[in-house]
Amino acid sequence: MRDVAIIGVGETQIGELWNKSLREIGIEAGLKALKDAGLEGDEVEKLYVGNMSAGKLIDQEHIAPLIADYAGISGVPSTRIESGSASGGMALAEGYKAVASGMEDIVVVGGAEKMTDVGEQEAKEILSSTNDQEWETVFGATFESLYAMIARYHMEKYGTTKDQLAQVAVKNHANAAKNPNAQYPRETTKDFVKNAPMVADPLGMFDCAPISDGGAAVVLCPAEQAESFEGDPVEIVSIGQGGDYMAVHERKDICTMKSTKHAAKKAYQRSKLDPEDIDFAEVHDNYTITEIMAIEDLGFFEKGQGGPATEKGKTELNSEISINTSGGLKAKGRPVGAVGLNQAVEAVIQLRGEAGERQVDDPEYGLLHNIGGTGASAIVHILRRWS
Amino acid sequence: MPIPRFWREIEQRYKGIGSRCKNCGEIYFPPRKVCPECRRESFQNMEEYELEGTGEVVTYTEIHEPHQEFEMLSPYILAIVEMDEGVRLTGHLVNVDYDEVESGMRVEASMRKLGEESPKGLIYYGYKFWPIDD
Ligand SMILES: [Zn+2]
Repeated sequence: MRDVAIIGVGETQIGELWNKSLREIGIEAGLKALKDAGLEGDEVEKLYVGNMSAGKLIDQEHIAPLIADYAGISGVPSTRIESGSASGGMALAEGYKAVASGMEDIVVVGGAEKMTDVGEQEAKEILSSTNDQEWETVFGATFESLYAMIARYHMEKYGTTKDQLAQVAVKNHANAAKNPNAQYPRETTKDFVKNAPMVADPLGMFDCAPISDGGAAVVLCPAEQAESFEGDPVEIVSIGQGGDYMAVHERKDICTMKSTKHAAKKAYQRSKLDPEDIDFAEVHDNYTITEIMAIEDLGFFEKGQGGPATEKGKTELNSEISINTSGGLKAKGRPVGAVGLNQAVEAVIQLRGEAGERQVDDPEYGLLHNIGGTGASAIVHILRRWS
Repeated sequence: MPIPRFWREIEQRYKGIGSRCKNCGEIYFPPRKVCPECRRESFQNMEEYELEGTGEVVTYTEIHEPHQEFEMLSPYILAIVEMDEGVRLTGHLVNVDYDEVESGMRVEASMRKLGEESPKGLIYYGYKFWPIDD
């Protein structure tokens, strides 16, 4: 196995990009990443594209060669990776493995999703297609309702409160206010979040990440070659992947994500790091409860302490551990199959020291956490500042 | 959902028929061809098992933004129920006010209309839950 570096990153604005198609979003992210790395494009040996649902959202499958073609690199081998909302993170893991194995040297990993070509109701139903359709959706479950039942269970078991859930949204909006690419770059208040219209009790509209268009991409190469390119490198130290039952009701402890715990354990083992070594993390916060579970299951706080830790400000920028400095899915946005790459872009910007107003003080390690659906798949990456 | 997929599962949806691993005795619903605990020791060693239909609420929510086919019912209560055999199911909880629902509440499953493919098309039937005293 070879060490792997990220030598270029690129990202589009996240939001309702009505004037941009999926292919334009993918190309913009990819070309920005190539430019950042100082590459022309013909050096690229392989392209991976994370995308969850182009077939349903824009009636287009086979999008990896489509994006390669319109990016002007039509001969480059390309593969789309799908794992629900973890598609982006899983694509990054495949790129990492391709470079680490010695199979390829220069690999581009992109993620793109175009969600606003369908109406909001339809987009939300497509998000629900990562439920178990036959045993959850048919019986009336929406995607949000499964997280709502997880949230209620967490509240009853650990005393987590609606105020603590709301604080996740308040914090992530505060971070997004410092991120020019965010869909909602503005602050919000606890009262505003708590008084939003109910979606699935106890989750209101502002406990939920939005529907978004957007894309992000990174360029990978062997660490030993990284300094020969223009872009400032960052090292991918380790990855870990986990899995769980598809339906929430099959899990004995429904407010612990076994997939996250396993993915984190593998990533920590392989890097010989502990949660205490991590300076910041981009965690999957599709709903406010999801961030609370993530910071517990990743080992940053004891199980059941995610809510109180959030309420005490321990996850704010430059506190105990900076969580979702980008604004997260909640406020930076949720272009669903791209979010794992959005997380990677944020981590590279942080580790390069280029995050401006939202810069974490002198970070050495950043962790990325991306889950599919309600957590039947999870992927964790740990990145390190170049040294 | 496409009709053949629904048709394939109809017996379980109607009758609550799951499966039991003859190797370890664990009961599964929906039925599984392989026991996740015993894996290959359980292959071709699973038998049909009919659930009693009673259990208790594990967790629940009230849905205010449903999918289109459930809009007429909105808001409605959805619950994860642990059946007395130990298996868990997701389904509507009916005949009760949301304020009165509690974790641990005893419920019974019964066959109800779940939705329609189209005004003239297939009608889905499956289980819903309601509270019981016992
Ligand atoms: Zn068994």
